[in-house]
Amino acid sequence: METRELVRISLFAALIAALGLVPRFDLPIAAGVPITAQTLGVMLAGVLLGARLGALSVLLFLFVVACGAPLLAGGRGGVGVFAGPTAGYLVGWIFGAFVAGWAMRALPLRSAFASALIASLLGGVAVVYLFGVPWLAWVAGLDLSRALLAGAAFIPGDALKAIGAAFVAEAYFRTAPRPASSRG
Amino acid sequence: MIAGHLSGSSWLHRAPARLKLVLLAGLTLGLFFVRGPLPLVAGVIGALLVYAALGRPAVARLKLFRPLLPILIVIGLLQGVADGWAAAVTAVARLALMVLLADLVTMTTPMLDMMDAIAPLLAPLRVFGLDTRRISLAFALVIRFVPMLLDDWRRREEAWRARTGRRPTLRLIAPWIADLLRLADRVADSLDARGFRRH
Repeated sequence: METRELVRISLFAALIAALGLVPRFDLPIAAGVPITAQTLGVMLAGVLLGARLGALSVLLFLFVVACGAPLLAGGRGGVGVFAGPTAGYLVGWIFGAFVAGWAMRALPLRSAFASALIASLLGGVAVVYLFGVPWLAWVAGLDLSRALLAGAAFIPGDALKAIGAAFVAEAYFRTAPRPASSRG
Repeated sequence: MIAGHLSGSSWLHRAPARLKLVLLAGLTLGLFFVRGPLPLVAGVIGALLVYAALGRPAVARLKLFRPLLPILIVIGLLQGVADGWAAAVTAVARLALMVLLADLVTMTTPMLDMMDAIAPLLAPLRVFGLDTRRISLAFALVIRFVPMLLDDWRRREEAWRARTGRRPTLRLIAPWIADLLRLADRVADSLDARGFRRH
């Protein structure tokens, strides 16, 4: 792995952490709707870094968390986060970032906003729930539909974050050249 | 330093990290074979007693349970409506116990020991060109980057507030990330200039 790639995945792992720790944002479209932005970081890792590096940066972030750094939004960390009811969502982040990165490159759309929006919804929401809901069902002894219901409260927020990720991606690609790694 | 570890010298602190992790995994799996609420509630009380025995800082850590409460309550309610309240208590107590036990391991294991114990799980990443030494460097970079990023963000946020009087919006993130990626490339260049990469 190139040193640049290594530093970039470290940077995005830190970015996911930082986005979980900074105070809340207002969304440009819906001012007054505050969101915490950790999953936004996951979506952006995929969309901006590409599938492979995006997934690796999430994995690195989770590794640092597992080792005890309290970097999850809300200040949790340690191996306990992988025993909790939401562990499936965390594992889903890895695959979600991968799928978001893959979709961002594969979608034949001109608009960076539309591509990033679909990529974030697909990777950052659908794939994440694909892992999170069955885990919750299993670990809490719920059936799948009830487990989905338990997570449903977060879906609107996650959809808003996908829109946020699309905003950021569009602005990013307008001002900065695509990172070399997302072309390869 | 931000850390989940509490320094101390209890028997839990002295036990090797890998042993604790293996026992934790075994116990966690075992919990799924426990039926009925009573043994699990007893387990939760037992775990809380261990926290109390570890002292006040350990007990203070229990406040980190707060982010978990909403989902535990939802699970309890859904279970209660579907299968009755005994099932609800069973499910919630089992989850709480799993997390309490895991947090005990986190609190009594220094980060470096934990890294050594978990790192073998990441060995397959070698196919991506990530060997143990690169992972260690990346780990250190993350730990260093987080406070740097937060400082940088605060600066931008203050500038934004001074100019607009409003809360920061997502608009601030794109130029932030663009600047950060340039910073990342400079860091990478300095690493290579100092001979990090083998030629």
